[in-house]
Amino acid sequence: MSATTTETGPSFVPAAETLGAVLAPGARPPRPSALSASLTFGWRAMLKIKHVPEQLFDVTAFPIMMTLMFTYLFGGALAGSPTEYLQFLLPGIMVTSVVMITMYTGVEVNKDIEKGVFDRFRTLPIWRPSTMVGYLLGDAFRYTMAATVILVVGLVLGFRPQGGVAGVVAAIALLVAFSFAFSWIWTMFGLLLRSEKSVMGISMLVLFPLTFLSNVYVDPRTMPGWLQAFVGVNPISHLVTAARSLMAGSPDTGEITWVLACGAVSIVVFGALTMRLYNRK
Amino acid sequence: MRDLAIETSGLVKTFGENRAVDGLDLTVPAGTVYGVLGPNGAGKTTAVKMLATLLRPDGGEARVFGHDVLREPDAVRSRVSLTGQYASVDEEMTGMENLVLLGRLLGHRKPAARDRAMALLEAFGLTEAAGRQVKTYSGGMRRRLDIAASILNTPDLLFLDEPTTGLDPRSRNQVWDIVRIVVAHGTTVLLTTQYLDEADRLAGRIAVIDHGRVIAEGTPGELKSSVGSGSVHVRLRDAAQRPEAERVLARELNTQVHPEADPVALTARIPGEDADAGAERASRALAALAASGIVVDDFSLGQPSLDEAFLALTDRALTDKEMEETAA
Repeated sequence: MSATTTETGPSFVPAAETLGAVLAPGARPPRPSALSASLTFGWRAMLKIKHVPEQLFDVTAFPIMMTLMFTYLFGGALAGSPTEYLQFLLPGIMVTSVVMITMYTGVEVNKDIEKGVFDRFRTLPIWRPSTMVGYLLGDAFRYTMAATVILVVGLVLGFRPQGGVAGVVAAIALLVAFSFAFSWIWTMFGLLLRSEKSVMGISMLVLFPLTFLSNVYVDPRTMPGWLQAFVGVNPISHLVTAARSLMAGSPDTGEITWVLACGAVSIVVFGALTMRLYNRK
Repeated sequence: MRDLAIETSGLVKTFGENRAVDGLDLTVPAGTVYGVLGPNGAGKTTAVKMLATLLRPDGGEARVFGHDVLREPDAVRSRVSLTGQYASVDEEMTGMENLVLLGRLLGHRKPAARDRAMALLEAFGLTEAAGRQVKTYSGGMRRRLDIAASILNTPDLLFLDEPTTGLDPRSRNQVWDIVRIVVAHGTTVLLTTQYLDEADRLAGRIAVIDHGRVIAEGTPGELKSSVGSGSVHVRLRDAAQRPEAERVLARELNTQVHPEADPVALTARIPGEDADAGAERASRALAALAASGIVVDDFSLGQPSLDEAFLALTDRALTDKEMEETAA
């Protein structure tokens, strides 16, 4: 190849020698491990963020808006002052925002799956779920970012967690782990539904009741009995209680175990359904 | 059966009512370019997707290098690569990132994946575009990157699904050159195309498929000679004489005559296997035109092109099917 080759391409003439050299069959490396393949797909997700950084808008602006809105909307009425209310609200609003962001996983999968590159991934001799795990690893980064943004806004507004750095980090870790597990619902819907819009529609239908009918905003004791029953079994309530306990420095092991078990069930059930759809697509 | 790259028997795939692939029998010897030729919707892509383990067959059997596509998908995957009809590369990533990603997924360590990516980009004339997102590439560059990705670990069998659809002539020639070099290095290529020209130039054997079935199979030469000895092309001086000329030709050649878009041109396929007999009929037809007072500006007798062969074959299959249906 000469230095005059331009990037526009037409002057390219396939040369038997140079092409032959890359075609000479070298030793084929062994297939990558499940972890290595998943991390490679995670790297792909990070590259996408690098090329289209605007997509981080929903993990920065949206959480800030949520925190400000609900702190000042309800603060005075429910707790006497926004700062007082923030001590109660912040773990919950963090959970709400991050869980809401999980729906973009389904949208991304749905958009991507129609592209030709997926056919290539699916003809590779690799651990099948690694493509999906890769997405979720990229998303875990986004969840961490959203949680961090909310924490910073909270600290600025006067949130003072008793659990200190360790408690806050543990709460965020639990939240990100749960969201990773919960996102398998969206990979399933992303593969199942035909369009981005229907994925969005279903996500809203699931996420709004799940996040609002919980203990995020108010104490459930004032709610009617049937609603209390729902709030009691809602996994988001358990996650919020667990996150509050960690941030307050008095970890509630029962709730934490409940959240982790719930996440494990989600991975098993929706992970299996996702892979079934992925293999049949 | 070591020297067979692909072997299918009675392969079926249905999508609802539509039998996209309907009893496909293919035998592809290793080390050649095998052309699968058919119109849009003939079932080419569906067949390739089943062979590449992307779709599960609903019936029949398919083996790739002796491995069953349903029972041993990973064994098949480790020997094949697919360049799909729509570029199988990630548009948002750069050319370099695409190849490094794939290298990593094929088990190369990062430095080795990067070296391999650079060598491939160089060989495919993409070095200068390496750092640009693929969505900024021209169609030809994208297709080259796609093929480069497919030979990252030199595969034993490469599926090229309509590799030149939508490319300009120069890019198409580049792809053809690349295919020839790839095959010369021992990779079997299964090429689907709707261009007869392409199959004629590249493929050692061709299967013509229509409605999900093979309707003819053979070398390009065999396919051409199977549909008759050739065709005559006539240009008249006066367009007003065309209907009369059409009648005369139909009578003398005993075949259907096609009026062309050009108002003074006519084309007719000469039936029969024998080229000499065909030439004789053609000269009789010319004499008959002159006898009827029709002024002919140009009269030529040509070997059938693969295009004509293709149209004849698909027509014939259609007629057979209609007859079957009437009989039933």
